[in-house]
Amino acid sequence: MRIRELLEVLQGKVLVENHGLDEEIPLGGAADLMSDVLAFATEGTVLMTGLTNPQVVRTAEMAGINVIVFVRDKKPPPETIELARDSGMTLVSTAYTMYEACGRLYAAGLPGRGRIKIENGSW
Amino acid sequence: MVDQEITKVQELIYTTKVEAVMAPDVIVVSPSMSMTQVKELMRKRRIAGAPVADGDKVLGMLGTTEVMTAMEAGKMDSVASENMVTDVKIVSKDAYLVEVINLLGREGFPRLPVEDQDGKLVGILTTGTVIKALLHQMEISYQQREAERLQRYRASHIFQDIISDDTSLVLRYIVDDKDFANAGKASSMIKKSLQRVGVLPSIVRRVAVAVYEAEMNLVIHTDVGGEIIVDIRRERVHISAVDHGPGIEDLEQVLRPGYSTAPEWIRDMGFGAGMGLSNIKRCADTMKILSTRGGGTRLDIIFLLNQDSPG
Repeated sequence: MRIRELLEVLQGKVLVENHGLDEEIPLGGAADLMSDVLAFATEGTVLMTGLTNPQVVRTAEMAGINVIVFVRDKKPPPETIELARDSGMTLVSTAYTMYEACGRLYAAGLPGRGRIKIENGSW
Repeated sequence: MVDQEITKVQELIYTTKVEAVMAPDVIVVSPSMSMTQVKELMRKRRIAGAPVADGDKVLGMLGTTEVMTAMEAGKMDSVASENMVTDVKIVSKDAYLVEVINLLGREGFPRLPVEDQDGKLVGILTTGTVIKALLHQMEISYQQREAERLQRYRASHIFQDIISDDTSLVLRYIVDDKDFANAGKASSMIKKSLQRVGVLPSIVRRVAVAVYEAEMNLVIHTDVGGEIIVDIRRERVHISAVDHGPGIEDLEQVLRPGYSTAPEWIRDMGFGAGMGLSNIKRCADTMKILSTRGGGTRLDIIFLLNQDSPG
């Protein structure tokens, strides 16, 4: 799915633009737990989250994520915006809840990771 | 970003010649064609207008407006030369785009015939052909920029340039305790450095995730901060996160997924779910943790560079 299409589906607003709207997003994922993000995200995943602190941007950067969507119309603080600008992250905000944002994207054809087998642990 | 691209367009307008942005295969209307034939030609070839030419000499221009006018007047049987617009502006293929761009558009001509030095019709210029060509060139320049970025001096040369039995590059990063504003900065720098050294992207990602978890541990749990040391060799990256904090009370428990001693406010930030060490273990090829109560903690993680095993 292209970023442009994602914006339409979520009726989203771009807060920080670091990627062309025609760039492809291969997968979607959602989490408020940063360790979860680090565990499931693969290169290029779009992250839906309700957290807006700068660590979300850092975490996404480490996980190879390019686009973060803040759900429920949450506005990130200036530090988060600034860090996103510096680290090349694209930020989007949508008024939909986490559940609905994910549901709409999934219904529009954006896949997730499927079932994840975690080794070395039971979480 | 947007500002840059506008400058790029302006630059292109000044440096691009008409020849590069015109459509080279001109569809021409002969002066004796009937307006019905012209209409059919325009419909079939999906064009909105064409020059009327006798051989290579342009006599006038015909567009949808002229066809509509003829249609309204019931003059579809009349010939092209009677209906064409004779106020024609012909441009040279060697002119720069900046010289001709203002002739086009709402206020100017819908299309401009292009001729060579000998006055021969060689192309046609419309806002459409200009936009298409500019977009194409912007894409090329973007690709060139990307290629240049990738070909920038690769620090990986250090392993070929420096002569030794085994070269190693050691990077040190200081991590401050409870400094959330900067937490993750070291990991970010490590990620960029490994990219520059030429480590495979899939491995860089695993290292980034592991080192970020380790850095967050230093920030959250140590009370004194610590140090991250990255030792890069040709065949492996060895990362140590060292602190002189309170140490870990029960090592076995800490390694169990879901176990966490993080305070509530840390959890509110999305951390402290007790997954850090499991995440590190999952990403690394080897993980070793040493800790003594009151004597600090040392975490060693190793990534092999010649393969791409876990993750």
